[in-house]
Amino acid sequence: MISAILVMAAIGLVLGGVLGWASIRFRVQEDPLVDKIDAILPQTQCGQCGFPGCKPYAEAIAKGEVAINKCPPGGTEGIKRLAELLGVEPPSADGMEIKPKAIAIIDENTCIGCTLCIQACPVDAIVGAAKQMHVIIASQCTGCELCLPPCPVDCIRMEVVKEDLATWKWRYPIHRLRQVS
Amino acid sequence: MEVALSHPPTAPGVLMPRRLHSFPGGVHPEDHKAESNATPIRAMPLLARYVVPLRQHIGTPAHPVVRVGERVLKGQVIGAAEGYVSTAVHAPTSGTVAAIEARAVPHPSGLFDTAIVIDADGLDEAVECLPLDWRGMDPSALRNRLREMGLAGLGGAVFPSYIKLNPGAAKGGTGQIHTLILNGAECEPWITCDDRLMRERAAELMQGVAVMRHMLGAREVLIGIEDNKPEAIAAMAAAADGAAEVVAVPTQYPGGGGKQLAYTLTGVEVPAGGLTTDLGIQMFNVGTAYGLYRAVMHGEPLISRVVTVTGHVAAPGNFEVRLGTPISDLLAAAGGSLPGGSGELVGGPMMGFDLMDLAAPVTKAVNCIIAKSPALFPARPAALPCIRCGACARACPASLQPFEMYWFSRAKDFGKAQGYKLFDCIECGCCSYVCPSHIPLVDYFRFAKSEIWEREREKQASDQARTRHEFKTFRLEREKQEKAEKFAKAAAETKAKAAAPEAEADPDAAKKKAILEAALARAQKAKAEMAEAGITPKNTDNLPPAVQREIAEIEARREHAVEAAGTGLDTKENG
Repeated sequence: MISAILVMAAIGLVLGGVLGWASIRFRVQEDPLVDKIDAILPQTQCGQCGFPGCKPYAEAIAKGEVAINKCPPGGTEGIKRLAELLGVEPPSADGMEIKPKAIAIIDENTCIGCTLCIQACPVDAIVGAAKQMHVIIASQCTGCELCLPPCPVDCIRMEVVKEDLATWKWRYPIHRLRQVS
Repeated sequence: MEVALSHPPTAPGVLMPRRLHSFPGGVHPEDHKAESNATPIRAMPLLARYVVPLRQHIGTPAHPVVRVGERVLKGQVIGAAEGYVSTAVHAPTSGTVAAIEARAVPHPSGLFDTAIVIDADGLDEAVECLPLDWRGMDPSALRNRLREMGLAGLGGAVFPSYIKLNPGAAKGGTGQIHTLILNGAECEPWITCDDRLMRERAAELMQGVAVMRHMLGAREVLIGIEDNKPEAIAAMAAAADGAAEVVAVPTQYPGGGGKQLAYTLTGVEVPAGGLTTDLGIQMFNVGTAYGLYRAVMHGEPLISRVVTVTGHVAAPGNFEVRLGTPISDLLAAAGGSLPGGSGELVGGPMMGFDLMDLAAPVTKAVNCIIAKSPALFPARPAALPCIRCGACARACPASLQPFEMYWFSRAKDFGKAQGYKLFDCIECGCCSYVCPSHIPLVDYFRFAKSEIWEREREKQASDQARTRHEFKTFRLEREKQEKAEKFAKAAAETKAKAAAPEAEADPDAAKKKAILEAALARAQKAKAEMAEAGITPKNTDNLPPAVQREIAEIEARREHAVEAAGTGLDTKENG
């Protein structure tokens, strides 16, 4: 009787040990939810969601603390993809001011070289130095508008990105279906 | 599927019958070649104004190297190549640069693009053109010259030729080009510019082929021509004279597609997502070979090409057109559009697009202008729902399932559409052509493809923004830490400095400290004693009585004044 209990206990210990070792050795590094959400967010780092950047918003979504329709740059498409990822019904995009993609332009004649916009830019897309004219790297600008408020001389304006031959897209084909009765 | 096909027996230079392979799918639309292939290539008169777009090839547009008001000569570089996949553009005649601005270009979007406008001076004065020593030249230098000469594929894709004329272009397989194929199939209906070029300039064209062969080190040279062009086959066979094998391929659209022609001639099938180049087969359009001949043997850059003007025009035919010629002028040279037209097509009816603006110029990519009329091109009937008949899949030369791709593209489920190998679609239009429900399938595929590219661009941009933001956060954190460290270090230094003299004057300092501490202790003791005795400490105790009296008087006056001020304030408030 005792020997049977001992044998069973020994087997249990050995198997438990093997399982424990295997769970460490063959651990599957699953892509954490935060990164998946962050991958969908547009990375404008604009803070319109109320969080200081896309990553904190992603973390809050992952914790379920905040709605998924707080990101205007992501648009309805972004909401749809987030809802798909999280397995929820996509909420409405009402109250979101969805603007066309724009980039900031510095009026070179007005800029006084105060560096305030440089400090505000979340992606280091402004080049300049104190008392030197600043310029925006158009290809890196996310259009977050964070550089607009700090500018003491209001020399930054947003310009909507126009479609050119390199970015032009074929439109969704619209063709009438003939009514067949 | 392999079938041995017979060849026209009349062609004298055609070697023994080659075992041809029949590609899957394909269609047989009416070819409409006779309208424009009967007359020789005509030259256009010199115009007063040319509009030369900077984006005429695949890749990065050229950048302007002339200024407004500058005089330029025919063949002078006005837009220099920028980056690797790029090539130069040249002035089509001598004259003055009138403007560098956004102009209408032949593009399905109808968008404007940067172009250099040249007012011709009528002298047509050319820059000095010297033939190249192509056999003795360093291959890399020769390729760079061709890049400066603006040579790009004239079959429609306009890929810079200098990149393709590199024996190292083949990535996989043997790692080198063993077969050079010249594409003279011209499978698309209505277009006859390659046909006329081969008939009239076969000898010159073959010199271009010789240069290509030399540059690539290809063992075998094949020239594929559809068998509805017997005159071109005969002319090319005579000019080839054994240096290349002229092969008549069956007329079947899209037999001139790169992968289709390569399969027909060699039986080599290109894997999904691959290129014939990867398999050691390099293909050029016949027009490109002629352009190479002009560039190498005459030192002339690419400033003109042959363009077919056909359809609903008075005098259809082929024209030697300078690049930058407005299409309206080209149509006028062909007698003008007949009344009752319904717009123009750029390219053929299968793969071409509607021209939005007649002011758009001829570029390297434009091989044909078709004036439409309701009789020649009846409006496409309204689409009916897909019945999953599979006719599109049978017609697809790339062995795809267009109806599946259609469903997913229509539903904007691009991942699934890509799963059905959307990017192996060559947009030949066979599926749309055979669809019994008249669904514009290719429009959906083009939409899906450009949408996927757009997402790819967006993803790259957002990845970059994420990295940059993360770096900025890291940098700020690091700066903060560095500042804190610096501050801590400075504080430590000050402390050390303060401690240092103390240590030096140790005996003296200790004495002073002891005296101070003793005094402090005495004062505290006195304070405590007085507190115990209930005396408020007043430093008037040791003064003479007269002074004490005086002080008491002052104190009383002050108290009185304070009281008076207080009531005064009150009355004020009440009043």
